[in-house]
Amino acid sequence: MDRGQLIETMQEILGPEGVIHEREQLRTYECDGLMNYRVIPDLVVLPESAEQVQQIVQTCYDEGIPFVARGSGTGLSGGALPVESGVLIVLTRMRRILEVDIPNGRVVVEPGVINIWVSQEVADEGYYYAPDPASQIVSSIGGNLAENSGGVHCLKYGFTTNHVMGAEVVLADGSVVHIGGGKAPDAPGYELLGAFVGSEGTLGIATKITLRILRKPEAVRTLLAAFKDTEEAGGAVSGIIGGGIVPAAIEMMDALTIEAVEKQVSPGFPEAGAILIVELDGPEAEVANQFDQVIKVCEENDASEIRIAEDDEERALFWKGRKAAFGAMGSISNDYYVQDGVVPRTELGAVLKKIADLSEEYDLRVANVFHAGDGNLHPLVLYDNDTPGEADKAEELAGEIVFACLEHGGSLTGEHGIGRDKMKYMPQMFTADDMDVMQLLRCAFDPHRICNPGKIFPTPRLCGERPGPFHMHPVQKAGLAENF
Amino acid sequence: MTERRNPEGTTGEEAMAGAIGAGSPEDIGQSTHAASDSIQQTVGAARPESGSYMFPAFDAHHPPDKDLIDDCVHCGFCLPTCPTYVLFGEEMDSPRGRIYLMNKGLTEEPMNDEMVRHWDLCLGCMACVTACPSGVQYDKLIESTRQQVERRYERRADDKVFREMIFQFFPYPNRLRAVAAPMRLYQRFGIGDKLRRAGIMQRIPARMRAMEALLPDLPKEEKIPDLTGPLGEMRRRVGVLTGCVQRVFFSPVNAATVRVLAAEGCEVVAPKQGCCGALSTHAGREEESLDFARKTIETFDDLNLDNVIVNAAGCGSTMKEYGYLLRDDPEYAERAKAFSAKVRDVSEFLQELGPVAERNPLPVTAAYHDACHLAHAQGIRRQPRQTLKQIPGMDVKEIREAEICCGSAGIYNMIEPEPAAELGERKANNILKTGAQIIVTSNPGCMLQIQSSLKKMGRDGLPMAHPVEVLDASLRGDPVETLLDK
Ligand SMILES: Cc1cc2nc3c(=O)[nH]c(=O)nc-3n(C[C@H](O)[C@H](O)[C@H](O)COP(=O)(O)OP(=O)(O)OC[C@H]3O[C@@H](n4cnc5c(N)ncnc54)[C@H](O)[C@@H]3O)c2cc1C
Ligand code: SF4
Ligand code: SF4
Repeated sequence: MDRGQLIETMQEILGPEGVIHEREQLRTYECDGLMNYRVIPDLVVLPESAEQVQQIVQTCYDEGIPFVARGSGTGLSGGALPVESGVLIVLTRMRRILEVDIPNGRVVVEPGVINIWVSQEVADEGYYYAPDPASQIVSSIGGNLAENSGGVHCLKYGFTTNHVMGAEVVLADGSVVHIGGGKAPDAPGYELLGAFVGSEGTLGIATKITLRILRKPEAVRTLLAAFKDTEEAGGAVSGIIGGGIVPAAIEMMDALTIEAVEKQVSPGFPEAGAILIVELDGPEAEVANQFDQVIKVCEENDASEIRIAEDDEERALFWKGRKAAFGAMGSISNDYYVQDGVVPRTELGAVLKKIADLSEEYDLRVANVFHAGDGNLHPLVLYDNDTPGEADKAEELAGEIVFACLEHGGSLTGEHGIGRDKMKYMPQMFTADDMDVMQLLRCAFDPHRICNPGKIFPTPRLCGERPGPFHMHPVQKAGLAENF
Repeated sequence: MTERRNPEGTTGEEAMAGAIGAGSPEDIGQSTHAASDSIQQTVGAARPESGSYMFPAFDAHHPPDKDLIDDCVHCGFCLPTCPTYVLFGEEMDSPRGRIYLMNKGLTEEPMNDEMVRHWDLCLGCMACVTACPSGVQYDKLIESTRQQVERRYERRADDKVFREMIFQFFPYPNRLRAVAAPMRLYQRFGIGDKLRRAGIMQRIPARMRAMEALLPDLPKEEKIPDLTGPLGEMRRRVGVLTGCVQRVFFSPVNAATVRVLAAEGCEVVAPKQGCCGALSTHAGREEESLDFARKTIETFDDLNLDNVIVNAAGCGSTMKEYGYLLRDDPEYAERAKAFSAKVRDVSEFLQELGPVAERNPLPVTAAYHDACHLAHAQGIRRQPRQTLKQIPGMDVKEIREAEICCGSAGIYNMIEPEPAAELGERKANNILKTGAQIIVTSNPGCMLQIQSSLKKMGRDGLPMAHPVEVLDASLRGDPVETLLDK
């Protein structure tokens, strides 16, 4: 099937308004939230129903055309980066909330539904959807599921995987399967849902997702504490968690981040070497008691200023400053590279020190903003793409930071995924055997490797992984053999 | 003391809404509908093309500024408040996509039908400017892009003629008035309805139908004096812009503006004047818009004014930009800057001045609609609400999805009638949900658009007013009915 025929076939499935094929238009899809990698897809298709997704995938399977799913395109690891001569399946028109089932605490949505819409939908009933990535006003539930996204409240409430109850998935061969439970909390058999969540679009396309919603906590209190440097702030973090408190959120920002945020959204943060935002929620009495303890720990760690949010407006201001942090970097630097590593909480101080040294060595600024409670770092390497060589230098520095995380017993990514960006680091963390096992799982779902190929694994070895578009062997096509 | 979360939403949501400049989480666009008919205008087959091709896309005269483009970090935070993204759900019709296309146009891609289509479909509502955490100045980017389009892209003949016609009428009150007279007759005898019934109207192209549907009931034009003295002690001497559309279709708003300003202690000058150039600026008609700007500066410059007061959001946002628009004009650059610094929206000015005149009660529930060129382009949200809330008895309701444009957007609803109609209906529905007795908004375009959307939905009974008309009624001690019976 040549390109013209493919366009025609897709138009038959989707109507002319569902197929993007002009070069200029395709270019707007050449990258996601990470602009470092760009590939122009052959076609972009915009399905409006699960049936259409199934037909699209079936066509791709029959013709051996690789495809990539895309939600809102805010991913930061190039997960939704198109493949050359492939089809990009964009799910932003599948944005219906299908079912709200308050008594069973669940909501069923299409994958293009934006994260925050779920909370909005059930707010009147006193419920909310817990995972809250900073991108929650724009990122899609499908993308959240594929990246196992987390947010500031994940320390206490867990990542997306803890809040997904089931999914309808179109597999790479066009078959539609349901994984996970229905209304009942657990289902017998292998826990495939756990494998699917966080699979970065390599195991199939989710077309319907059942989410768990939670009752809003009775009380919530938030404070902001300023410290001389990140080390002292880190001491407070250890003190709070070591004291047996599990805050709903505990976030740190360093001086450079504070500068950028002030410049952009002026939340009126104090001038400081580091700021912590600590939020507690739960039953009223417990929150009140623990809040006093948190204040005490901050004081013991020489906090220069402690601000307590007096009302929702002030709390919103604290969070506004935090959540605008990535975007605000645009105000102090032309380009930035978001790194995302996790280290054991006890290693935070050492790793931050290492990052500061690296920053000096490379002569590039690094801003730190992170989920301090679970040691999830987000160093932002600032650079200027127009200065020759600086982009490469930034990438190298970002790599060094990852190695530092690994050296200290950490991991490659906390929540942004491996995607295209970090696959080269996988061998640093995993042995060849580890990765073979992972690829065997992948092959079970996608034996022809047409579902988001070229991501996660740097050296594809199994199930006929090879670069470029997949072509089915004639014997296979004739149905004489299933797989080579 | 421990606080409870408020019942309307979790605090996290509030914060997120705040982070994109929305008043509440409800303000963030949410469409649970499947794609709409107007989708045919973008990826679909319905849009006629001209085949014009120009490479590189931009010439050297003010191409979209690379530095401003580079401020965009591709985070996508602007997507959910962009009206066309809400309608179409694809990247090219999002701020991020449009900026991406500008960037590609700088070096890699031509200016052709595909590129221009997506810039044309932008409403210029500036919701993306509010939403962007990275401070991208989309207003400047789209303005220079549109100028390039007008210069370098050859539109189809019918498209060109239609646009030209708009610009031959709207900026000129005398011409508008000349056609307004026959329109009055036309309305009185219900000619539009008769044509529609006879099926003739359906055959007239969509754009003409859209224009016809927008025609408001023409009030008798209220003339305003050249000079009005202050009531009591003089606090300021101000000029007022009487506008083009405002003057012909909404002259009572101008009259109310003058009365309110006088009541608050201003000497009000209303010089003979032309168009401020807002419509031309937003359409990329550079020379024309600069001419209008220079003339407007001339009109007000020697009058020894403290401020120039504007009651139409679109005009105000452009006049505040004169300094930027005329930056290359050695003779006017400085004057324009000084002039822009004096320009105030009427609600903004009234709050700056502080109320002195006595407000009489007006027990009425009003829905306040944010005009994009006031809320997004000028950042004025609080002042008009305050102006209303200072009136005893007023209950001001917020409209869901306040951030999303009503589809009026200057001349947009005439040249892109399909998406505009969908946005209008969406807005009208959200307004009706408030249960308010009256709609209050600060822009003539929004009024026309909302009125015609309500009419289409069979709900044209709902009265509408500008904040100064409401204030005027309160200052004069008029009963609520005078507002509601308008
Ligand atoms: C400013 C900013 C802040 C961010 N903050 C956070 C944060 O705090 N926490 C966090 O975890 N992430 C964060 N992210 C990263 C990003 O928002 C998340 O990874 C998000 O889940 C991606 O969602 P999306 O809809 O944009 O997906 P996309 O970027 O479009 O896609 C991401 C991946 O999901 C796959 N995919 C998409 N839809 C489906 C589907 N229906 N079925 C199967 N696979 C699918 C794609 O193939 C791709 O691999 C941030 C990003 C930005 C730009
Ligand atoms: S100005 Fe309005 S329509 Fe245009 S890109 Fe921005 S948000 Fe979208
Ligand atoms: S315009 Fe602003 S909000 Fe939109 S993608 Fe660019 S940086 Fe993000």
